[in-house]
Amino acid sequence: MKFTLSWLKEHLETDATLVEVRDTLTMLGLEVESLTDPAEALKGFVVGYVVEAVQHPNADRLRVCKVDTGGTVVQVVCGAPNARTGMKGIFAPTGSYIPGTGITLKASKIRGEESNGMLCSSRELQLGDDHSGIIDLPAEAVTGQSAAEALGLGDAVIEIKVTPNRGDCLGVHGIARDLAAAGLGTLKPVKADAIKGTYASPIKWTHDYAPAPDSPCPIVVGRHFRGVKNGPSPDWLQRRLKAIGLRPISALVDITNLVTFDLNRPLHVFDAAKLSGDLVMRQARDGEQILALDGKTYTLDPAVSVIADTRGVHGIGGIMGGEETGVQESTTEVFLEAAYFQPIGIAASGRKLGILSDARYRNERGIDPESCWWGAEVATRLILDLCGGECSELVSSGVMPNWQRSYGLRTDRVKTLTGIEVSAAETASILTKLGFGVEGSGPWTASVPSWRPDIVGEADLVEEVTRVFGFDKIPTTSLPPVSTMSRPVRDPLQRRTPQARRALAARGMNEAVTWSFLPLKKAERFGGGGADVRLLNSIDATLDTMRPSILPNLIDAASRNEARGLSDPALFEVGPQYKDATPQGQRTVAAGIRHNMAVPRNWAGPARTVDAFDAKADALAVLGAIGAPDTLSSQPGAPNWYHPGRSGALKLGDRVMAYFGELHPEIVAAADLKGPVAAFEVFLDAAPLPKAKATKARPKLVLSALQPLERDFAFLVDSGVEAEKLVRAARNADKVMITAARVFDLYAGKGVPEGKKSLAIAVTLQPVERTLTDAEIEAVSGKIVAAVAKATGAVLRG
Amino acid sequence: MDDLATIRSEALDAVQAAADLGALEAARVAALGKKGSVTGLMKTLGGLAPEQRKDFGARVNQLKGEIEAALEARKGSLSASALEARLVAEKIDVTLPARPEGQGTLHPIGQVMDEIGAIFGEMGFTWADGPDIEDDWHNFTALNIPPDHPARQMQDTFYLPPRADGTPMVLRTHTSPVQARTMLGKDVQKRLADGGSLRIIVPGRTFRIDSDATHTPMFHQVEGLVIDRTTHMGHLKGCLVDFCRAFFEVDDLPLRFRPSYFPFTEPSAEVDIGCSWKDGELKIGAGDSWLEILGSGMVHPNVIANCGLDPAVYQGFAFGMGIDRIAMLKYGIPDLRAFFDADLRWLRHYGFSALETPSLTGGLGR
Repeated sequence: MKFTLSWLKEHLETDATLVEVRDTLTMLGLEVESLTDPAEALKGFVVGYVVEAVQHPNADRLRVCKVDTGGTVVQVVCGAPNARTGMKGIFAPTGSYIPGTGITLKASKIRGEESNGMLCSSRELQLGDDHSGIIDLPAEAVTGQSAAEALGLGDAVIEIKVTPNRGDCLGVHGIARDLAAAGLGTLKPVKADAIKGTYASPIKWTHDYAPAPDSPCPIVVGRHFRGVKNGPSPDWLQRRLKAIGLRPISALVDITNLVTFDLNRPLHVFDAAKLSGDLVMRQARDGEQILALDGKTYTLDPAVSVIADTRGVHGIGGIMGGEETGVQESTTEVFLEAAYFQPIGIAASGRKLGILSDARYRNERGIDPESCWWGAEVATRLILDLCGGECSELVSSGVMPNWQRSYGLRTDRVKTLTGIEVSAAETASILTKLGFGVEGSGPWTASVPSWRPDIVGEADLVEEVTRVFGFDKIPTTSLPPVSTMSRPVRDPLQRRTPQARRALAARGMNEAVTWSFLPLKKAERFGGGGADVRLLNSIDATLDTMRPSILPNLIDAASRNEARGLSDPALFEVGPQYKDATPQGQRTVAAGIRHNMAVPRNWAGPARTVDAFDAKADALAVLGAIGAPDTLSSQPGAPNWYHPGRSGALKLGDRVMAYFGELHPEIVAAADLKGPVAAFEVFLDAAPLPKAKATKARPKLVLSALQPLERDFAFLVDSGVEAEKLVRAARNADKVMITAARVFDLYAGKGVPEGKKSLAIAVTLQPVERTLTDAEIEAVSGKIVAAVAKATGAVLRG
Repeated sequence: MDDLATIRSEALDAVQAAADLGALEAARVAALGKKGSVTGLMKTLGGLAPEQRKDFGARVNQLKGEIEAALEARKGSLSASALEARLVAEKIDVTLPARPEGQGTLHPIGQVMDEIGAIFGEMGFTWADGPDIEDDWHNFTALNIPPDHPARQMQDTFYLPPRADGTPMVLRTHTSPVQARTMLGKDVQKRLADGGSLRIIVPGRTFRIDSDATHTPMFHQVEGLVIDRTTHMGHLKGCLVDFCRAFFEVDDLPLRFRPSYFPFTEPSAEVDIGCSWKDGELKIGAGDSWLEILGSGMVHPNVIANCGLDPAVYQGFAFGMGIDRIAMLKYGIPDLRAFFDADLRWLRHYGFSALETPSLTGGLGR
């Protein structure tokens, strides 16, 4: 919402400076977004009287002028063809910054003649494009007067951001009311004297539906004018509209725009001669069309309120008038419309039709319903004053909506809700200045003015009092502590996110954050893309489906990095993935990929490409960091975005804690990545939460005084047998003495029969009571060999 | 006798001449081995008269001791020089690089979330979550944004197909729906009824149809909510002043509360922090300018009622703040879009080390 300082002063009697106005507006909740003060740019520029302009002795095109700047006379060399003795122009003294050229003036000699300052063109002052000559002011201009004033530019333009609840401040009067309440002056009343019509209106208003306070258009008021003369509106009106960025059109249209921005009262004027019969307020018929004032044709439906006559639709109610019956230069007969529409209906119709208009903007926020009457009178006064002619009696249809209501305000409520102490007198005074009817001296009953549909309860009254009294007076009170002890901000499950993130970063991976959505095709390839997770209104097709996995986004990120020449990315993200649209369908996953080299070329050893075991190590590191039990089993079998033979799952019982492996070569190729990609997905919610314990004390640590010993076994086994199965069999061969078993060698090839592999394990034995005898060691070894043979068919390699 | 002297000098010469431990061992064997010269002398003892034997035995023993001492000394000197030689031989070029290891980093968003958690955790807040895919009741209706309310236009919302029962589904436009989800919780209601208080923060992903230089379709917000019977706007101000000063690490950071409008708070306030601009660079702290950083207010009575609590009894405040935005401000990160591009150069430059866990006592930011 834009307005000028002088416009504001038509509604507010005030001596406040521009800066005071600006700061007060912002602190009232009418945030000033911009403030342009043309006077600021032209400070020091004055009206200069050219006492004498003579030909420059040394230059054909230049003149030497003696300029009276209001007391002093200076010499200026001027190149403008229109510089002449006796004219008045805009004089910029030495030292001025010329906005149009970006030059700061210096005293100089031009071809031997002194020049102290400059007479300016429109373009040099950035007031227009004219550079054919210097500005030629009318003779009445006062020598020495400030240029901004002489040019009628003295007016600062203020733009405020009006929040959706404050429709009343979409008119200058409403803004002035707030400022007055805040102590910045006195609000001037709106002049809306009833004007007596000289004849009965030949056009009447009717409603097609039963008019009721809650009907789409409860009330409409109108008036007929005849003998009017439309044409350009007067200068003051044109200037006012131009100052806020509106294009003057004709007196009648400019009047409706003025009233819209002045009083937040949208109006429409019809060329009455083009109407047939009475006007009816009704629902549009399905498929009915209208050519609107914006030159576009709209197809309507019954949800839209329209204004129609016997021939057809001439206006989209509260949004935009029709082109066909709009006023023109030649219009002599006018019919004025001032209606009140339900804001919800206007919002829905406006959105559906895609029309943005000043009328819609105001009507959907809720205007003052009473303004149907007083707004019509204000407009009448302006039409008669600016266009002449005579007016009919007012006509109307419908009933005034029930805007009257009141709310109680408890004496201490401002204090208990905001912490501010506002005196009873001040509370009542603020509400009264804002237009509330106030009864009582605390507690109060406040009746809400017709222009404040946003006030719906006590809390709103508290806000009115505090924002006018001053948010800067809210005390700064630290929250009292809830307990004497700090507690963890995150619960154990939530803590897994930072644990996973820090574990992976510590393993040399770079954390990324990527979109929650991706293209449908990718979602489908990664097991998702159900109808319930496809956006209905995505911004583009590459971001139209909720991600079923984080991996595709990381793969894309890896491709982008490779394309930038950043090799071997190791990226991870800990974030949501979406199986479906239910809250349970969203899981927090730690996913990561490592591309190409696990160990790059280096002087100290061989380079190595990534493989499934890098991903397995990452997944295990995350599971370790989040406190998953160490009794996990790894099994082949992962979703089909992994390499079927080089991927697996980490499980606790049947429950999948993580997938890991090499990505499917087809996906790697599609991403245009050279070299393998190792990937993992750890489901952070899958591991069971530790049981709540009374203390954090760990179980007792029992340390044996006896030295453990390690024995190696090399087994010959079918190549399909899983290492973990063999190791587990060995580990379980003697649950007392065997504390660990691990694979240290895998071999197949020369010396090992076809279809077999040699798997060597080291088993740790921990003596319990005394050092083991050879015989005892032999016995355990025998148990191990037997158990492994039983479980896997392996034989000890000879 | 000559024999003894000869053996002595031969043996000692051999010890002295031994150039390495092998030669030394040979010298030992030649003198003291089973067939060694000294051992040979010992063997002759048995054939001597007792008188002679005593005297000669003592001399042979002395000789043996002498040779043993020489061997020991020579061994020491040989080991020392062998070690010396080894150390010289083992010299490496320490200027070669260490074996390659990836340098991991944490994304600023997660880091700033952890900072936020550390500060609010100290004030007794706990972390709450909710789904990114919301129903419109939690995202709008519960928050006093009825259907067709113009406020729904303030937020350009991503819609998903409605649920089977017709409920419209959206990507949450703010973290505020978690207010409703939390307040509606049975344990929370009971805690409040027992005179307790609710203090939560909700950091998370939010979505709006917006994509330009300063907006991304996905961004991060942190919601704050305090509900009890007495918390007022002064506490809101105190809480946010405490937070902003701790977060931006500026002790005297000024905050400005301006009236504003949000459907779910009444009164509502936007909050600015003090700042100044010098040569195009932003400095946070007391200055001649203000920077808007968050929206807040007292929870609207309708919201409290929608969440099954009596607004005549309970009151409190809520706020919502852009995590990406405050991360940009604090760490001087110029471009929002780059947050989500995963450019390794960016991640390495703006990222944090795995071991930098923010805490109020351990330090919040690098």
